[in-house]
Amino acid sequence: MPTSPLMPQRRKLLGGAMLSLGGLLALANTATPASAQGRRMSHAAQDAELLNAAIALEHEGIAAYQIAAESGLLAPPVLQVGIRFQGHHNQHRDELIAGVRRLGGTPVAAQTNAEYATAIGAASLRTQADVLQLALRLERGATNAYLGLVPPLHNADMENLVARLAADEAYHVAVLANALQQEIPVAGMMFG
Amino acid sequence: MSWTQLSLTKAAMIACLFAFAGGSAQAQTATASAVGDAARGAALYERRCTSCHALDVNRIGPLHRGVVGRRAGAVPGFNYSPALARSGLVWTEANLNRWLSGPPRLVPGTRMGLSVPVPAERADIIAYLRAQGAAPR
Ligand code: HEC
Repeated sequence: MPTSPLMPQRRKLLGGAMLSLGGLLALANTATPASAQGRRMSHAAQDAELLNAAIALEHEGIAAYQIAAESGLLAPPVLQVGIRFQGHHNQHRDELIAGVRRLGGTPVAAQTNAEYATAIGAASLRTQADVLQLALRLERGATNAYLGLVPPLHNADMENLVARLAADEAYHVAVLANALQQEIPVAGMMFG
Repeated sequence: MSWTQLSLTKAAMIACLFAFAGGSAQAQTATASAVGDAARGAALYERRCTSCHALDVNRIGPLHRGVVGRRAGAVPGFNYSPALARSGLVWTEANLNRWLSGPPRLVPGTRMGLSVPVPAERADIIAYLRAQGAAPR
């Protein structure tokens, strides 16, 4: 705990010693966690790290649609929708990769489809409805994840990019929920 | 003692009082995390965390079972950012609370950006994580 070594110092100050502005600043400084000390990161480098998690999310989504397409569980029209959505995710991945490069970062590579199959629990898929439920869950998660990325990003172009990605994922959610004949939610503020 | 010196001392005293108030607020947050509601936490976890995490398998983020009390960056087979891997943190409930308030503030250079701004929700999520027990061997 970084606060405990501070306590005696605070007592002494209360004991009557004068505290300069510099002293106050030093006090504020010591309050930063040890792990954050001396590790300055440029905004661009920090943004690139955060976008890398988004690239990883897109890699997983692309693999999920591939696994679904090869499962033999989907009727032809549903398969067509899945392939269309996978195309969107390919485009998302490419936009994010370009963004990370512009920020001077190194985009993360995809893992194998076998690894993704384990990660998403593909072994338990038995029916087309199972596949649609999984897709819905992943797309809903992606929408929420992108909304959660807006506040910590520093670069306005990247904020705009992740907001647009969130909108695409929300579109996917709506189509999938409709295919599963789910009710339209009664309350708004459906994501985030 | 001049007037400016006097008011500076006053300012310092007030600042100290605030610092103490801050300290006790922090203590309250730590207590709050001890009384978080695991059932509410489960629903929040599903909505906010499962896009990237699962309890028993590494995904975008590392697996979570047993995270309370674990060293940061310690799940085998997960590719952590150098920043988190070298953070030296242990996931005490207090540190989880700080992490979920803003991961890049606690660990600059981390790849996790999502934060949970509401203290009670952080407490619920931490209660849920604690209730998930230790990792299977
Ligand atoms: C957008 C994806 C994403 C979301 C959403 C997300 N995380 Fe993470 N999380 C990550 C990544 C990536 C890491 C690894 C960070 C690194 O290596 O710097 C991580 C790491 C962590 C760690 C550190 C674990 C360890 O082994 O050191 C904890 C704890 C954690 N997340 C909790 C949560 C909780 C609780 C939520 C939901 C409130 C959440 N995360 C939501 C991506 C995410």
